[in-house]
Amino acid sequence: MIEGILIGLKTALSFQNLLMVMIGCFAGTIIGMLPGLGPMTAIALMIPITYGFDPATGLILMAGVYYGAVFGGSTSSILINAPGVPGTVATSFDGYPMAQQGKAGKALAIAAYSSFAGGTISAIFLLIAAPSLSKVSLSFRSPDYFGLMILGLTAVAAFSSKGNFLKAMMMCVLGLMLASVGQDTLSDIPRFTFNNMNLSDGISFVLVVMATFAMSEALTIIIKGNDPSKAAKQISLTDLGSIKVSKEETKQMAVTIPRSSILGFIVGVLPGAGATIASFLAYGMERNFVKNEEKEKFGKGSVQGLSAPETANNAACSGSFVPLLTLGIPGSGTTAVMLGALLGFGIQPGPRLYETNPDIFWSVIMSMYIGMVVLLILNLPLIPYIARILAVPRTFLIPMILFFSVTGIYLMSFNNFDIFLMIGIAVVATILRLYDFPMPPLILAFVLGGLMEENLRRSLLISDGSWTFLWDRPLTLCIMITILLIVFWQIYNSFKLSKK
Amino acid sequence: MKINSVKLISLLFFIISAFYLYTAHQIQVFAFDEGAPFNAKTFPIYLGYAGMFFSGLKIVLPDQKPVQVDPTYLEFKKTILLVLTMIVYGATILKVGFFLSTSLFLIFSYYFLGERRWKYIIIFSFPFVAIFMYLLHGVLAVYLRDPLLKYLGIMG
Repeated sequence: MIEGILIGLKTALSFQNLLMVMIGCFAGTIIGMLPGLGPMTAIALMIPITYGFDPATGLILMAGVYYGAVFGGSTSSILINAPGVPGTVATSFDGYPMAQQGKAGKALAIAAYSSFAGGTISAIFLLIAAPSLSKVSLSFRSPDYFGLMILGLTAVAAFSSKGNFLKAMMMCVLGLMLASVGQDTLSDIPRFTFNNMNLSDGISFVLVVMATFAMSEALTIIIKGNDPSKAAKQISLTDLGSIKVSKEETKQMAVTIPRSSILGFIVGVLPGAGATIASFLAYGMERNFVKNEEKEKFGKGSVQGLSAPETANNAACSGSFVPLLTLGIPGSGTTAVMLGALLGFGIQPGPRLYETNPDIFWSVIMSMYIGMVVLLILNLPLIPYIARILAVPRTFLIPMILFFSVTGIYLMSFNNFDIFLMIGIAVVATILRLYDFPMPPLILAFVLGGLMEENLRRSLLISDGSWTFLWDRPLTLCIMITILLIVFWQIYNSFKLSKK
Repeated sequence: MKINSVKLISLLFFIISAFYLYTAHQIQVFAFDEGAPFNAKTFPIYLGYAGMFFSGLKIVLPDQKPVQVDPTYLEFKKTILLVLTMIVYGATILKVGFFLSTSLFLIFSYYFLGERRWKYIIIFSFPFVAIFMYLLHGVLAVYLRDPLLKYLGIMG
């Protein structure tokens, strides 16, 4: 492991990669800060650029963007009460009241220190957990993988969009349907191409991500008439106050951070749970743990109320990398985008990644940590300046997002068809968003589609067409029971509501 | 059962799934693969059924969280204009070239979204695209097709 860490450090600390982490953190912070645009959009916009680099550099850039976007989301939560991502909603509960009391700088500093500490602790957990889990997951067979992928999709559908399980499952199926377009990987038989040559290679992952996130988010902002810059005028973005944290506040944070980190990491590892659930759970847990007088401050600018969700959401971000790096199965929409990018580089994440590409495996882990250091050193002093981006009017912001989306696809294919297809998917995604159809399950399914079919193919061939592979092995059986429990629980809830 | 937009979307999804299932059955597989435990149409067939199952349930069951979208508050005109501008942009980017089509796309988009400060509109269109092109084409050596600039002798 020490050797691996050194390999990772060597790669991550090269001049080019350090520069990429800085650029990534900076760009991610700016994009993540804009309400409505989260880490997925930020990473999606970066993918075409990363394909110009070697895999390690590209992934390091994306890891920087990821952490930057999460931090940026906290900034808009604190300053304008408009969380850039669902994972930072809980941050606004106490962060925004602090900003209203003229302590915006302090709130941002607490958020930054908590994120850093949460990220550091969970990076250590990741360092320990990932190699051990890689070894365990070598015993996994195709039926287990197939089961795990279905579990990932059902869990994301069940947990990421509360009360919208059926809508999320429909989005999963839609994602899998989109992934099935193009030539069959084994037989090269064209499927759903309708004799269109442009579809024979399938639909590009970048195209789907850009259309369903960057472009449709921009269109949703327009159609709903939201103007982030209007919200930005509520608090002075030029005078954020001091960023110094007192001794008393540091003591309070020192109690909160360890427990929130552990909770965040564990929740992050679970498929589908992610930063949002982690931050809410940490907020609730902290409220139960603190003294009564501190409990009164919750929702009115409590240091611990701000520190807990911030620590947990960053810890969950690192935790979500565990299933991605060890099993090759993303547990969230953001890691699904990362998986898509990895596959684009020709790298198959999974238990073998640890052995076949140790430089990539370790450099991603190490660069995540370096990303957090960069965030703390670079972004915190620059926040008063970066915050002014919140005041950029949407009349300039939206066309820029659309321009980057179209250009990203144009540079990849030089094909009009792809641009039209992207616009078409974006329009459909915008309509679906209006009616609360969640997009992360679609992306997760789109990325997993090929792998799922491959594992189902192997499982069915091994069992000679019999579906008994679903319960032959104890591990597969456990996974299938969990899936059935989730599905039936969700459908039962729907029936219960219909009786009411 | 109340008919609302979500139910209509679900119904549409049900029809699309049924069509997908029909198309999946039409996939031509090799003769020796026809009776195999798994062939090119196996997975899509299951997907078709899954799509019909979940959308069917969504149509039948009531909404847990009914979504209220008031069309009077939606900015359809701006959105449609923006989508049309993107379509024109997509259609012209290869023929007219990156520089002119992108700059015009940005100008029209700013304008349609209500921006009237021409100084900023101009700064964030032609010069912005020129800098972007220089960074991409000149610094990062990413190929950008631009017949117009090539004709004018600006780009090689």
